[in-house]
Amino acid sequence: MTDRPAVSASSNANPFPANWRSRGLWIALAVYVVYASAQMDVSAERVAVGLHNAGHFFGRMFPPNFTRWELLVKGLEESLEIAVLASTLGIALSLPIGLCASRNLMPAWVSWPARLIIVAARSFHPVIVAIVFVKAVGFGALAGILALAVASVGFAAKLFAEAIEEISLKQVEAVRATGASFMSVIGYGVLPQVFARFIGFCTYQLDSNLRNSTMVGIVGAGGIGGTLFAAFQRFDYDYVCAILISIIALIMAGEVLATYVRAIFIDGFSLADIFRRRERGATVHRVQHLEDD
Amino acid sequence: MLSIKHLSKSYVAGKPVLSDIDLDLAARGITAIIGPSGTGKSTLIRCINRLVEPTSGSIEFEGHDLTRLSRHALRQARRRIGMVFQEYNLVERLTVMENLLSGRLGYVSAWKAWRRKFPRGDIARAFELLDIVGLSGFANQRADSLSGGQRQRVGIARAVMQEPAVLLADEPTSSLDPKTSVEIMQLLTDIARARTIPVIINMHDVELARRFADRIVGMAGGKIVFDGPPAQLSDETLKTIYGGEDWLH
Amino acid sequence: MTEAATQAETPLPVAQRIWRRFTPAQRVARFTVFLLVGIAIAAAIQTVEIIPEFLTDAPEQMADLLTRMWPIDFAYYPQGVHAALTETIHIASLGTLLALVMAIPVGLLAARNICPFTSLNLLAKFILVSSRSVNSLVWALLFVGIFGPGALAGTLAIAFRSIGFVGKLFGEAIEETARGPIEALDAAGAPWLSRLAFGYWPQVKPAFWSIALFRWDINVRESAVLGLVGAGGIGMILDSALNLFQWERVAVILVAIFVVVILAEVVVTFVRGRIL
Repeated sequence: MTDRPAVSASSNANPFPANWRSRGLWIALAVYVVYASAQMDVSAERVAVGLHNAGHFFGRMFPPNFTRWELLVKGLEESLEIAVLASTLGIALSLPIGLCASRNLMPAWVSWPARLIIVAARSFHPVIVAIVFVKAVGFGALAGILALAVASVGFAAKLFAEAIEEISLKQVEAVRATGASFMSVIGYGVLPQVFARFIGFCTYQLDSNLRNSTMVGIVGAGGIGGTLFAAFQRFDYDYVCAILISIIALIMAGEVLATYVRAIFIDGFSLADIFRRRERGATVHRVQHLEDD
Repeated sequence: MLSIKHLSKSYVAGKPVLSDIDLDLAARGITAIIGPSGTGKSTLIRCINRLVEPTSGSIEFEGHDLTRLSRHALRQARRRIGMVFQEYNLVERLTVMENLLSGRLGYVSAWKAWRRKFPRGDIARAFELLDIVGLSGFANQRADSLSGGQRQRVGIARAVMQEPAVLLADEPTSSLDPKTSVEIMQLLTDIARARTIPVIINMHDVELARRFADRIVGMAGGKIVFDGPPAQLSDETLKTIYGGEDWLH
Repeated sequence: MTEAATQAETPLPVAQRIWRRFTPAQRVARFTVFLLVGIAIAAAIQTVEIIPEFLTDAPEQMADLLTRMWPIDFAYYPQGVHAALTETIHIASLGTLLALVMAIPVGLLAARNICPFTSLNLLAKFILVSSRSVNSLVWALLFVGIFGPGALAGTLAIAFRSIGFVGKLFGEAIEETARGPIEALDAAGAPWLSRLAFGYWPQVKPAFWSIALFRWDINVRESAVLGLVGAGGIGMILDSALNLFQWERVAVILVAIFVVVILAEVVVTFVRGRIL
């Protein structure tokens, strides 16, 4: 006769006991939602009125009005210029600052000030930085360029530093052992390990600056944002729609170009490969998800 | 030609990893350093080219004391010392050729090196070395696509590209299977003998050491306890070095 | 120097072999990119309208600005800034929560392993891309137009902008789940909803909360500026202080924003460490 395993007294206990900590958090969350909504004066009535307005609103937006396209194109051009120059300046600054901020390569007295600069640059929204620059250097593209360059440093330098901190130091050690100079150690030991990610960050930053350059105009820092804001205030909603469509098209074009650049530099595509959209056995690159994408 | 005197290294004060090491290396021949893990073999090798900073002592090489050199002079000295690593330490994303040429970085300006403008002689020498290590045709392959044995061949070629006066090898076969280990040891010793470069190899496989080395240095507890040809390495001595008998048979 | 040591396998004597880092086709492509970038930069410098006097004047103007901001009017904080700051945090938090709720179905639709219908995948991806392409300030403008100024517009702006971010990452996390547990559930005869709840959800849970925290952190920063277009929060206080040239107040607002952003980062790092 086989032995039956002893049935313990707790075998009838619930195998899925209530996780009070988890429930507590959900309840707290629900309470918060109710509380915060109340603070904000959200009522069903307001929402209903709003939805009614929305109908009118969208009616006036369509069809989009492209008649004043010269102004539109000029604004887009300026945004593009701001994006290009801000990215150039920003990336040029981010490389040395990011290198200095990497704790595995640099001593503390170099890395901590660099990290501080990066934190300061990141903490403010580019639009806020743009406001400050507008007050400092006047309205126009210069304020936009400087503001976005600062924002670029905040993001790109941080990402560069993180990428450098993840490299294998063994490869660097081997290059050092050959008697290479500091710059050569960086060039042969460090950069090959992070190059692919750097290109990703640079194209990402250009893309991000393109998005932001369409906005800084709202506070007077140049570009199409100003045109957009003015159109809004005049209730020219069909013109607003045209501007929005153009902005989205520009951003999407930028993203496509960015994929081409990545393909050429990371996967070694040639122009023919791009036109034929051939995958040369390379994996499709998941661009690492970064700040405001 | 390499003269180590009273070398000591402590990572933590009072607990020396190397105690008062004296070792003289002749201008030719294969020297194997054996001993249990943690006994300071790797530290000794790495003190020579100052990848690890010695606490005290001197290392005479080509008329200079390596421990006293400034950064610039140290770099120049390192050009003359080739090193092969246990984990190959190739730059994975670079090609085999680029890894080989990185052995010449001490001789080429950073700008030229960045643009890959190495002298024709270097490139010819690189191709020649690729043939010698049996990797002809691999020049444009990325280092991370190679097997362990192939990577170590590149590592050896890189070290020899420096045209060094001495070769250091830090457990070059510990990451390889037995058959490949023998091949790599054969390659290393053949190249060294052909070019009359003395080699110091740090290894844990006593049989390999016996087979390939001209001179064996046994370390235990941070000190040298044996120094002589393989024929003189008796089981008794090995017991002193490693402790315990079971592993011998 | 090198003997022409030809062996059976080697085609050329070593002295004659050349080495190219990139194939000619690759070099053309790389050069094209460099050329286009160079042209873009040169063209931009040429055509951008920068008044040189402003540029040379800039350091002096910045110094002047900083002098006007000092001493920082900390006394203004309790009366004007604090309430707006809390409203900003509510906007960020509620907006993120709303976005999470809305993004889950869209993310599910975008994941090929849950929704095998390509047309729905594309629709979902289109929704996500549009949400991301429109800047949160523009969303704010839209919602201010519809619902009037105030925090409601701000919250909806944050929510609609975040759907794209959360939905895309969430969809990718779902696509990366392991098939094993799902198959086991199918083999046991689990219905569709149970499959989601017990097969997929436990696997994506850490990624989901990580994404949520990440987006909340960004939204705190975004919410601070929405007030500039009337969508509530501290941006509105900032806007009025700027228009009235009250620089000491502007300074305290900027300091407050900075502190809040740093605190949010600390909170996120802390929660990440505990939960993930």
